[in-house]
Amino acid sequence: MGYKVSFEEVNKIFDQLQGEYEIWAPKRFAGKGRYSDTDIIKYDKVSKVEEIEFKEKSDYPAKEVLSPITQSLFYFTEDEFRESKATSKKLLIFMRPCDINAQHHQEKIYLENGGYADMYYQRMNEKVKIVMIECTEGWDTCFCVSMGSNKADDYAIAVRAGEGELTVDVKDEAFAPLFKEAAGVDFKPEFIEKNEIELTIPEIPNKEVLTKLKSHPMWNEYNKRCISCGSCTVACSTCTCFNTTDVIYNENTNVGERKRTTASCQIEGFTDMAGGHVFRRTAAERMRYKVLHKFHDYKARFKDFHMCVGCGRCTSRCPEFISITATVNKMAKAIDEIIAEESK
Amino acid sequence: MNNIVKPVPCKILEVKKESKLEYTFKVESDIKPAHGQFLQLSIPKIGEAPISVSAYGDGWIDFTIRSVGKVTDEIFTKGPGDVLFLRGAYGKGWPVEKFEGKHVVVITGGTGLAPVRSMLNKFYDEPDYTKSVTLITGFKNEEGIVFKNELEKWKDRFTTFYTLDAEKKEGWNTGFVTEFVSKVDWASFGDNYEVVIVGPPPMMKFTGIECGKCGVPDEKIWVSYERRMSCAVGKCGHCRIDEVYVCLEGPVFNYTQAKYLVD
Repeated sequence: MGYKVSFEEVNKIFDQLQGEYEIWAPKRFAGKGRYSDTDIIKYDKVSKVEEIEFKEKSDYPAKEVLSPITQSLFYFTEDEFRESKATSKKLLIFMRPCDINAQHHQEKIYLENGGYADMYYQRMNEKVKIVMIECTEGWDTCFCVSMGSNKADDYAIAVRAGEGELTVDVKDEAFAPLFKEAAGVDFKPEFIEKNEIELTIPEIPNKEVLTKLKSHPMWNEYNKRCISCGSCTVACSTCTCFNTTDVIYNENTNVGERKRTTASCQIEGFTDMAGGHVFRRTAAERMRYKVLHKFHDYKARFKDFHMCVGCGRCTSRCPEFISITATVNKMAKAIDEIIAEESK
Repeated sequence: MNNIVKPVPCKILEVKKESKLEYTFKVESDIKPAHGQFLQLSIPKIGEAPISVSAYGDGWIDFTIRSVGKVTDEIFTKGPGDVLFLRGAYGKGWPVEKFEGKHVVVITGGTGLAPVRSMLNKFYDEPDYTKSVTLITGFKNEEGIVFKNELEKWKDRFTTFYTLDAEKKEGWNTGFVTEFVSKVDWASFGDNYEVVIVGPPPMMKFTGIECGKCGVPDEKIWVSYERRMSCAVGKCGHCRIDEVYVCLEGPVFNYTQAKYLVD
């Protein structure tokens, strides 16, 4: 069912929801960007619709709401320990279709991989209701259409942002009563059909080609360009890797906690083992590992999609202007070379 | 909701000094691992680490640990009666049923002997399970030798090649394990054998190559990989190589798969 609601009416609806829900949405933090006089757009709790950034893509993905950059797993007190608690409220999260599609990848790893479901992710995931932000224009780094993640239909509500008003499509009947006084309209969200960038993901036909691709000289470029900062993976909609570390509180060494913190395969130390063995020492090897995971390994394991939704955040956030789409195109060329060499 | 990363406190029953750097901790536990599996051991406020099972029995598990990191250093300060936190067992162990009725060649480097110890003891206790067992085991130096009593015991029933990398020791050979691969009586095995290789990555690589030179096909070779792990349940991503998670599909791999696993 479609409705038109003014921001004032939306805020009244938010007020009614606040008791039961935390409302999360992309929010602009003025002056908090990494360069002077730039802003950052990231997910945060909102209480007014005016706080939501509808006009620009967020710098950081929606995954942060469900799997925060850092969270406590257990609290330790002397010999005892207990699990951390999650918020008691449900979560209403505003997301664009790319972020909605990225949740499938998150679920695949956290809930399904190896037949183990991670409780910390599961307890958050079960609380989520999605509000889809209609996205029809995209930005210069987007390639969601190429990844098949420009569309989504698993939302409770979809919204089109207008000047001072939202047009909404309420799919989840549980939310319908909130709109009973709103004006009914015919509305179904639209989706972007063509990005500025069109990407073709190359097929890697067999293990021999994959092995040769791993040692192809194309990766050497990233030894010079990539500074292994991990900005790309923190900004990634689908990346899930983390570290587990224990900490002791400075003031009281009898007390501490076990924490889970986002990790990046791009940062040195990701493969370090006690005893000193390291498996990927160079930026080129780490870049190759990430790109192949996104555009080969994940799909080889789970058979459904590539581990990328084409949100383009990694390209936008890279301080060295490394473009993921340009990298994939270089990889396609390298694969063609390897195959041509083999058939000689 | 079941919390898969929640550990269980378990009492240390006994600590045995194997070498200067390696101790075996016998821990009270009802967990029944398979040969070659591993568990996550932790000490609250210090951290968690994956450690392979070096033996197990009714109500207990042995972990042979080298003190080389934050967690293992702390474990070394513990003694009988103290508590370690455990979760597991994880991963796929040795395909022991595949070894039944065959000649088994086990080649280990250093503490790589720990993850095959329980299987070797099974073969020792059940001499009819295998046709024969050949054990090539190497250590860097005399200080690094572990499971001294069992090494002696195994000599009774296994064909053994014990060696130190560069040191001389009475009754021991000198040289890398790779030098002894060609001394195995491969010809008498016909087609009825399997090979197990565990040790540091370069040792496994070159031992694999040596086996190839002796005509051993890849599908008869089994290796165990060690990688950094933070969860052991396929979530943290650290141990992934290509589409494979060492914690889930490993740590034991057939060489036909392992040889393509380039980190």
